[in-house]
Amino acid sequence: MKITLRRLTAALLPLLAAHAMAADSPRNARLDDQTQLPTAPARPAGKAYFQPPAEADIPNNAFGDLVRRGQDLFMNTKALVPEYVGNEMNCVNCHIDRGRKANSAPLWAAYTMYPAFRKKNNKVNTFVERMQGCFQFSMNGKAPAADSEVLAALTAYAYWMSSGVPIGKVQPGRGFDEPPPPRGGYDIARGKAVYEKQCALCHGDDGAGKKVGATSVFPPLWGKDSYNWGAGMHRINTAAGFIQHNMPLGRGETLSDQEAWDVAAYVNAHERPQDPRLVNGDIDETRKRYHADDGVNLYGVIVDGRKLGQGVK
Amino acid sequence: MFSSPVSARALCLYASLLTLSVPAGAADGEAIIQKGGANPAAMPCMSCHGVDGKGMAAGGFPRLAGLPEAYIAKQLADFKAGRRENPLMQPIAQALGDAEAAAVAKAYASQPKVSIKAGPVERPKEGSGAWLALRGAWERNIPECTLCHGPAGVGVGDVFPPLAGQSAEYIEAQLRAWRGTPAQLAGKKSKALAAVPATRRNDPNGLMQHIAADLSEAEIKAVSAYFAGLGESTEPFDESQHRLR
Repeated sequence: MKITLRRLTAALLPLLAAHAMAADSPRNARLDDQTQLPTAPARPAGKAYFQPPAEADIPNNAFGDLVRRGQDLFMNTKALVPEYVGNEMNCVNCHIDRGRKANSAPLWAAYTMYPAFRKKNNKVNTFVERMQGCFQFSMNGKAPAADSEVLAALTAYAYWMSSGVPIGKVQPGRGFDEPPPPRGGYDIARGKAVYEKQCALCHGDDGAGKKVGATSVFPPLWGKDSYNWGAGMHRINTAAGFIQHNMPLGRGETLSDQEAWDVAAYVNAHERPQDPRLVNGDIDETRKRYHADDGVNLYGVIVDGRKLGQGVK
Repeated sequence: MFSSPVSARALCLYASLLTLSVPAGAADGEAIIQKGGANPAAMPCMSCHGVDGKGMAAGGFPRLAGLPEAYIAKQLADFKAGRRENPLMQPIAQALGDAEAAAVAKAYASQPKVSIKAGPVERPKEGSGAWLALRGAWERNIPECTLCHGPAGVGVGDVFPPLAGQSAEYIEAQLRAWRGTPAQLAGKKSKALAAVPATRRNDPNGLMQHIAADLSEAEIKAVSAYFAGLGESTEPFDESQHRLR
């Protein structure tokens, strides 16, 4: 297994660097919104990340009410709009500190980058379309309509949080600041050891996370209640960035880049809900079309004698 | 008394099964709570933790009623091994036999959990105890307490105990136990004080240590008061409903 994966990583790295993107049919354009914008620049030494406005500064008017509603939805997504969330995830699970934390895909670094033309689906994507992608893939649910109250509130929240960020200027701290792929590749078995020591306490040996009654506290990392095979987090490089900066909670940046890649690979070598873009019910065809050039990922790859990407319900 | 010989036999069988399920010599957790363990040094738990197991705020004695069995068992083992230091509790934990400790943990876990009403979304004021509990201080890498201890601090699984239902005195003491006390230089009226090392070192993966170390004394007081002030609801919470953050 080790050898296969190392070879695989070596084969994928040039693709990752080149970020070659195939154009897709217009039919899938709206779903196919999972690539990255240009890499964020490093934070200049001695300079702080952008500081979003304080919660107390949300104005007490109709606009402020919509912003607060957006924040509530962001933190309690499953509880407040279960009709759009097909798993046990909430926005705040991947966007720590209510979407404010640098290197946890903060909203203040995302909002001002849209609308953006994207090679991958050969069209201009709005911020709302980007959020619809979150619901479709990360929440394994149904995207709210573009003119829905839910997306209006989330847009208002992101807009308010971005007060003072120059439009179209990539901010340090945007995305997950992915660590470079380790020289020797990643190792799933080593990642399992990291997981058992550092992650299982909260996310469980079975990756199912932990709930209190109906409410998810620690999100599921694989299985039917986690993000699906189309979510950005299914990429090992993306998950490695999130993990290195933010995990374990409150002890971010304590894992090495190597450990982050290894444990990200272990997490993403498990089954999860099917990619909703599944082409003709065929994993290989879906890999070729949507996953082959999408960073480092294991969709359609044989691990431990089993082809990943079967999906779980 | 019995309507048929069959039901009488069934009852006898049931009674013998009950006897079997409590093997000879097994400790009775409830009896230890009320009367103490076999070793007289293992004093009755209720003398400090209260008749109802809800603790005694004035002495900083924590609530044990409804805490997870595995959590209580671990704390007793940690007191015994010195990973959690406390001059009152350590001798008691050492005097309890393994079977007695297990029985006490089980008995307390079976008592009612703290019940907290699910309210609307809370809007804490920045700088308050509620703010730390619900928002954290991420600029110092301090997650909101409820992120791990669950919404309303009701506790999550065997590892993250409930904060709701505990007194401010107890929570404060634990935060200080994890933090220790830094050395103090002599002032005009005060003597120099040597640093006191942390007396609690039993948090899994060291998750609490840095949080406690990075909290100010005022923050420790405020966040402890917040959880102590949540109170307890007399109505049980419908677990099929979500708790909002």
